[in-house]
Amino acid sequence: MAPVTYSQASRVYAKGTLPAVDALDLDIRDGEFMVLVGPSGSGKTTALRMLAGLEPLDGGRIDIGGKDISTVPPKDRDIAMVFQNYALYPSKTVAENMGFALKMRHVPKAERDVKVREAAKLLDLDPGLLERKPKQLSGGQRQRVAMGRAIVREPKVFLMDEPLSNLDAKLRVQTRGQIAELQRRLGITTVYVTHDQVEAMTMGDRVAVLSGGRLQQCGTPRELYDNPVNEFVAGFIGSPAMNLRTVPLTEGGVRLAGATLPLHAGIPAGVTEVVVGIRPEHLRLTTKDNPGKPNGSSRLLSGDVILVEELGADALLHVRLSDGGDPVVARAEGRKPPAPGEQVTLGVDPADVFVFHPETGARIAG
Amino acid sequence: MTATSPPARAATAPARSRVEPGAVARKSVLTVVAWVVGIAIFLPVLWMVVTAFKPESAAETWPPKFTFSPTLAEFQLVFHGMGPYIENSAMATIFSTILVLILGLPAAYALSVRPVKRWRDGLFFFISTKMLPIVAAIGPLYVIALKTHLLDNIWLLVLLYAAMNLPLAIWMLRSFMLEVPGETLEAARLDGAGRIREITEVIMPVVAPGLVSTALICVIFAWNELFLAINLTTTTAATLPMFLISSVPQEGLYIALLSAAATVASVPVIIVGWIAQRSLVRGLSMGAIK
Repeated sequence: MAPVTYSQASRVYAKGTLPAVDALDLDIRDGEFMVLVGPSGSGKTTALRMLAGLEPLDGGRIDIGGKDISTVPPKDRDIAMVFQNYALYPSKTVAENMGFALKMRHVPKAERDVKVREAAKLLDLDPGLLERKPKQLSGGQRQRVAMGRAIVREPKVFLMDEPLSNLDAKLRVQTRGQIAELQRRLGITTVYVTHDQVEAMTMGDRVAVLSGGRLQQCGTPRELYDNPVNEFVAGFIGSPAMNLRTVPLTEGGVRLAGATLPLHAGIPAGVTEVVVGIRPEHLRLTTKDNPGKPNGSSRLLSGDVILVEELGADALLHVRLSDGGDPVVARAEGRKPPAPGEQVTLGVDPADVFVFHPETGARIAG
Repeated sequence: MTATSPPARAATAPARSRVEPGAVARKSVLTVVAWVVGIAIFLPVLWMVVTAFKPESAAETWPPKFTFSPTLAEFQLVFHGMGPYIENSAMATIFSTILVLILGLPAAYALSVRPVKRWRDGLFFFISTKMLPIVAAIGPLYVIALKTHLLDNIWLLVLLYAAMNLPLAIWMLRSFMLEVPGETLEAARLDGAGRIREITEVIMPVVAPGLVSTALICVIFAWNELFLAINLTTTTAATLPMFLISSVPQEGLYIALLSAAATVASVPVIIVGWIAQRSLVRGLSMGAIK
């Protein structure tokens, strides 16, 4: 049983600079697949390295399995890490690489061999590769050896630092599924760092979104998508990204492209403008033939199509709304998208509109 | 790289034969220049070797004789008196190189893998010791050697050659150690490798070729050293370069004898240089490129 808990854990690289990780509070349940996601510089890798013991803590504590391990050396934390560049030992064979941690613990050779073979089988790694050097392997095979090195140890916690970033797109998608499936099978608590929000959404039981060293929100992928707590999470999670625009407040709501979107109560006093956010799939293309859902509350926004990105099943329309500004992206059916230059009307249900505070970015309504 | 270059070459070869004649001319000029320079450098060496096989009477004629009956007489003379000198040179070279590696490896480690505080200053200090001309230090060195009764003692040369080669060795070893990826060292730490295992299992396999080339360069420098030997030794600790000088007699012919001695003295260095050339170039240019 190995839950992981960050309590006010902080890391400051140099005095006088902003902390790389700022008072992080995070509970990771036993057996959970937790993804730390954020842009570069968000502190996600530092947070992982603090858990690994590769970075000291400048404040707070980290517990593994209910025990404070803040000052325990890395080798005694019972963790295994998969590095971004795999960090295989170039002079050792695949089998030696995978068995190294066991050798360091004086596990007899015969037992080591059995465990290495088991791990290789689990990862679909051809036994013929076990005697090769890492240099003779393809990128995908190296990635699996790095995974194998972690699995062989049977640690309490797996740490993975962008382990898929060196694979090509197709292999990445394939391996993504394999890792998630394997983790569920082994049931070992896993902390996975990525900057790719698609990876985060598809792999994680829960996802922690970090920015500027601070935890923004932690929840299931669905929660983050449907219920972002602030503008950053709303814009970061989802592909294509949520359309965000600063608009003035008026009587009865906000004005956007000639339409008035009613707002629920809860706008703080003194706020004269807000940021509204609408997911691309919530901007529904309405035409004469297809007037959209017969929904009385739907508001209509008009604009010109400036770009169409066809994705096959659907198409992304970049539409410049009639009030100018940056174009918004709408998801439309892929078979018969409007052509660039065409004027279109987009329907939006006010219930689908997110509203954020213009300065703090905090969600205030919607 | 080796796998891809042959097809690449095959693909470009027909294209190159069709290029404008200007490129061909430029290339042949470069080839000629390279040969001229190469021969100019190699000819004196060849002349030395050829002269070593001449009888003394044929060695110093003008114009030089190209036909002569080769003889090993000069080599016999050389080998006759050279024994103790070779022994001294070998001792000074081998022991100073071992000393350099024993001291240089931990120093390089402390300047690269786990840098100490102010490692830049340390690095600069080591190289700064090479800035002072050795002539400026020979007076004090002589006095110290005299007072400690180490004059004409081979262990003095061992010590001094180690000191002489240490800065370069540290710089070279450091650049090799920087090649070890930081992530690999961290992986070893997580896998439970302590300081010793980290060095023996992870760092040494990567550094080993560099260690060899560093040792070879120390061997070459120690083997060829003359200035310290000539000033601090006389007979019992005299090294091979001193034998070369001593084979010049006060009167009479000596060119053939000197050539034979020089040839013998050069052979080990040439062999070592040949072995080392690939890793040497890599070792010296590493860090410069990266």
